[in-house]
Amino acid sequence: MAMVQPRSVGARRLGAHLALICFVSLIVFPLLLVISISFREGNFATGSLIPERFSLEHWSLALGIPWERPDGSIVQPPFPVLLWLWNSIKVAVVSSVLILMLATTSAYAFARMRFKGKEPLLKGMLIFQMFPAVLSLVALYALFDRLGQFVGWLGINTHGALIVASLGAVALHIWTIKGYFESIDGSLEEAAMVDGASTWQAFRYILLPLSIPILMVVFILAFVMSIMEYPMASVLLVDEHKLTLAVGAQQYLADHNQRWGNFAAAAVLSGLPITVAFLICQRWIIGGLTAGGVKG
Amino acid sequence: MYTTNASRGLPRHRSRHLTERYTRWALRCAIAFMVIALLWLVLAFHLNGQWMFALLFLVLGASLGVVFTKRTLMSHRYIFPAVAGLGVFVIFPLLYTIGISFSNYSSSNLLSEERVRGQLLSQSYQEDDAAFDLTLYQEGDLTRLLLDSGSQRFKTSPLNLDNRESRQIGIQAVTEPPAGEALPMRELVQARSALQGLRLLTPDGTELRMAGIRQFAPMLDRYDVLEDGSLYDRRDDRVLTPDHTIGFFVTDDGERITPGWPVNVGFANYTKIFTDPDIRGPFMQIFVWTFVFAALTVVFTLAVGFVLASLLQWDQLKGKAVYRTLLILPYAVPAFISILIFKGMFNQHFGEVNMILDSLFGVRPEWFTDPWLARSMLLIVNTWLGYPYMLLLCMGLIQAIPQDLYEASAVDGGGPITNLFKITLPLIIKPLTPLLIAAFAFNFNNFVLIALLTGGNPDILGASTPAGTTDLLVSYTYRIAFQDAGQNFGLAAAIATLIFLLVAGMSMLNLRLSKVKV
Repeated sequence: MAMVQPRSVGARRLGAHLALICFVSLIVFPLLLVISISFREGNFATGSLIPERFSLEHWSLALGIPWERPDGSIVQPPFPVLLWLWNSIKVAVVSSVLILMLATTSAYAFARMRFKGKEPLLKGMLIFQMFPAVLSLVALYALFDRLGQFVGWLGINTHGALIVASLGAVALHIWTIKGYFESIDGSLEEAAMVDGASTWQAFRYILLPLSIPILMVVFILAFVMSIMEYPMASVLLVDEHKLTLAVGAQQYLADHNQRWGNFAAAAVLSGLPITVAFLICQRWIIGGLTAGGVKG
Repeated sequence: MYTTNASRGLPRHRSRHLTERYTRWALRCAIAFMVIALLWLVLAFHLNGQWMFALLFLVLGASLGVVFTKRTLMSHRYIFPAVAGLGVFVIFPLLYTIGISFSNYSSSNLLSEERVRGQLLSQSYQEDDAAFDLTLYQEGDLTRLLLDSGSQRFKTSPLNLDNRESRQIGIQAVTEPPAGEALPMRELVQARSALQGLRLLTPDGTELRMAGIRQFAPMLDRYDVLEDGSLYDRRDDRVLTPDHTIGFFVTDDGERITPGWPVNVGFANYTKIFTDPDIRGPFMQIFVWTFVFAALTVVFTLAVGFVLASLLQWDQLKGKAVYRTLLILPYAVPAFISILIFKGMFNQHFGEVNMILDSLFGVRPEWFTDPWLARSMLLIVNTWLGYPYMLLLCMGLIQAIPQDLYEASAVDGGGPITNLFKITLPLIIKPLTPLLIAAFAFNFNNFVLIALLTGGNPDILGASTPAGTTDLLVSYTYRIAFQDAGQNFGLAAAIATLIFLLVAGMSMLNLRLSKVKV
């Protein structure tokens, strides 16, 4: 507590609260608006933040259930949102697990072992991490197009290609895990190795159980990044039933036919779990993010 | 920090445990299997004539084999998978892109020369003035075709037109049409796909194919291969010579025959960017806007984030945790959803932003058609998306500033504004710089925002490639490569290579400033 206080501290406090409340309401307005719109009737409904004509039509369509209007006409769900969400989750889980495995083993070597080419490799990874994948899309497309001729599950329009392509982005995670490993004292592993454990055993049975928290963080981080991945999925996936949410969601707001209400329900449905997960894990995620780089 | 015994070249012990020995053998088999699978891919690519990919998998397979058999490379086994992932999916595409930038690879120059040649040789043409009118006659379950050119008449044996396979059938000359009524046009249309598969051979060996909805005509191969590799065009009586500098077959008067094949064109794509006025104009405009966009985004997000962070660090303030959670909400919502929310909100006709502006000031700005308004919208949305990151960074850094500095300032009568600009800002700007550069590089390549919000529109007038006033260099590259019919991969790769150089410069600078310790 500061000892010297200005006289007008009460007025300033009030001012700060007012300013913050104004700013927060400005920031949160779009999000509240979308929740409100998802409960409004029709796709072009306007009105106050609390819907005047409450309707579950958009939610029912987002969940894939056909909706019967009061006039008896049946509306079919325009897009398979739940399928897209499932695709996104499937791709994200598999690629996060793989990324976690790759990142953990290499982080172990980088943190504990002495070997040739370690420093240039670590620095090189940081530099290459900054190249956006959008720019090499032509090359990646060509790679998976050709690979698909020989290995079917790695071709264009497969989730396999999307998962495998995400394995290039491990540098950030390696740096995060490496930092955590370095904060753990190595004497435990050394003791195990004196007693005859192999390098792998020391890693597997001593270090890994100690680093569960950081592994969780990296998993969630990789998961969120994979869910939000847009450029690669937009090029590699073609069929409607193969799309991930990030690519599919924009079809609601196509230039000629905007389904604002339907989009709102789908957005809340799919965005809410991710947002809540992020907020719950924010402390660890933010630590990892601010240490390594930018959200992407 | 240690060196593994294996890496020092010390002998390994034979494990006393049976399971461990079996696991080792299982792992060895798995590695061998992977190496063999990769070598099979190498062979497949090599036989297909794609040496770039063959080389990639050869390097991958060989390094896999070496790293997992040499005991001195024990440490490298741990990093191999990650490095291989980086190599195949980041470094190889980068090199491949640079390679493409020196070629004319595009939607018109896509296939290899052999396949272009094959495609041309399979073309046929209809001989003039020799078409036969087609009529169908029902005979039991089967159908008989009658072909009539006025001077000649041919008929087939009765055929089953439910069979849609491609087949060759001999026909005989007749003088009179068969007995019975000709089937109506409707039946002809229904049988069309079966008729298209028919190849009718006249007694003198000419092949007739379907040429119109009720016509068959002799089809001849259009091209003949000459001895020097050029093609003779029978229909138009001209010679096509392959031109290996532009990757097309050309006629004597210089006309290009599509499709062509990719060839090396040297620096042509790069010179085009800097000299062709239809490309240079939009390119420079987009280049400047990309810099302005990234710089302004960093400035705005930093300004908002810094002020909020200073406010939230004030110890007199209650309810900080609630404010903090609400303020980082834009960061927690997936970007592809919030960007689309803004796309709907800024809609010119029924979006909430225009509705509020209309009721307050009576204006309805055209956010998506006016270039300057579209750019302002992008900056507004991106500030909303990006300030929480800056807020979090600043909060972390401000916490590290010793409190007695503010105490001393208060003794000397410094107010909050003085504190902000004379103490807080100078103390955090140095550790913040590398992170600001990273943020700049990220926004420099902020493809998702552009692709989902404006798609680059409104368009720049007079550009020969798809180019928009709100396009960033990345989205411009993406559009050249994947949008519209042009699909000029070579040009896109050249621009991508230029961006690679810029990004590499930025990340080097970043690495130097942040003094990364390995």
